[in-house]
Amino acid sequence: MGYVFDLGSVLNGKYLDWFLIGLATTLALTMAAWCLAMAMGIILTLVRMIPFPPLGWFVALYVEYHRNVPLLVQIFVWYFGVPSLLPRPARQWINAHHGEFLLAAIALGLAAAAYVAEDIRSGIRSIPKAQYESARSIGFGYLGAMGYVVLPQALRIAVPPLINQTLLLFKNTSLAMAIGVGELTYRTREVESYTFKTFEAFAVATAIYLAISFGIMALGSWSGHRLKLETR
Amino acid sequence: MLEILQNNWLLFLVGQYPHGPIGGLAMTLFMASISLALCFPFAIGLALARLSPYRWLRLPATAIVHTVRGLPLIMFIFWTYFFSPLVIGRAVGGVETLVIALVIYEAAYLSEIIRAGIEGLPKGQVEAATSLGLRYWPTTIKVVLPQALHNMLPSMVSQFVSTIKETSLGYVISAHELTFAAAQVNNVLLTQPFEVYGILALTYFALCFALTSLARFIERRISGDRGGTPGVTIAA
Repeated sequence: MGYVFDLGSVLNGKYLDWFLIGLATTLALTMAAWCLAMAMGIILTLVRMIPFPPLGWFVALYVEYHRNVPLLVQIFVWYFGVPSLLPRPARQWINAHHGEFLLAAIALGLAAAAYVAEDIRSGIRSIPKAQYESARSIGFGYLGAMGYVVLPQALRIAVPPLINQTLLLFKNTSLAMAIGVGELTYRTREVESYTFKTFEAFAVATAIYLAISFGIMALGSWSGHRLKLETR
Repeated sequence: MLEILQNNWLLFLVGQYPHGPIGGLAMTLFMASISLALCFPFAIGLALARLSPYRWLRLPATAIVHTVRGLPLIMFIFWTYFFSPLVIGRAVGGVETLVIALVIYEAAYLSEIIRAGIEGLPKGQVEAATSLGLRYWPTTIKVVLPQALHNMLPSMVSQFVSTIKETSLGYVISAHELTFAAAQVNNVLLTQPFEVYGILALTYFALCFALTSLARFIERRISGDRGGTPGVTIAA
């Protein structure tokens, strides 16, 4: 076919800039969604602890919705659906201020929050009830027992799964290309259609994704060893 | 919302069929089933290779699994999209592209489930088979895999749910499936995006939630059978 594989052809001038802008957008989207996911995940966990059944049902519904609907569809609901329900000024503001980035971050963050809430919950569940009971019996209140005894142990257990969620979140930001967020996959397609250097363009993107993913995986397995509690 | 459903339910169900390619929910289910079925042998192979005592089998298998886990599915879909016409030597449609990409991607994830299932078996099973004089393959095929696969049934259903959700990416390469059908409806109606995508989300939810519940039910049955915890359930 006479196809010459030449990485240099996509790694110079404006194409290199496009890749870098794409990478920066991917990282910014990951960060924004991550912060939202952690905040919302902790809120969901706290709401679920309130002994009032309808709140528990609400959290369960939230978790099931986000786990059983494809992420791409959730992004579409936020990007196409939600703005159409807002009043006109809000819609104009969204359109003027890179609404696709904001809405993608919301969709990705809220979806990841469902998994974060589950991870924190299974961390708390894995702490034997006796830990809480003994804390109470030596005079801690509810908050003291949770804050000083249960949560420090539960979070240690929850950290490796949470790092794994971060990896999934990072990979899932690639779906934002479907609504035109200029992240790495989107920019790669741009480079590809301008240069016709298909394999070079995707090789660069693949290498970038793998490098960051392996970094996160390494952090995950390191924390898994580092935080493991001695069990007797 | 009901009006949209009344006017477009056929498009959601089977796409433009019989006036065009079959699509919609039917295609989504077909692609998910065939991908899972086709990736099964690869997944078992990868899992056995990862548990193998030989380094030259273990290392490549581990590398493959980690590489696949480190990349977004959309990257696989694009690689398949551009590469498979070169390999096969003719134009490849969206559906075929998506199925090929899903088979590779799911094989890596499913192999982790199978590996967990095999590692979850009591060591005595292999030891007993060996002491009865069975070699590696008879032990694996007649003793290890049947029990491991039985215990993994709930995880397998969860994996089917993941695959159904992942077929929605077919939209990006214009494979005719459920999400693509909804986008078509939305392009015709233009003014009711929330309703159209709401219907789409509810359809996926009804299907996947039913399957997830089935997985939980099987899991309870199996742990009842064995009086212990079955293989690790990987969250959908």
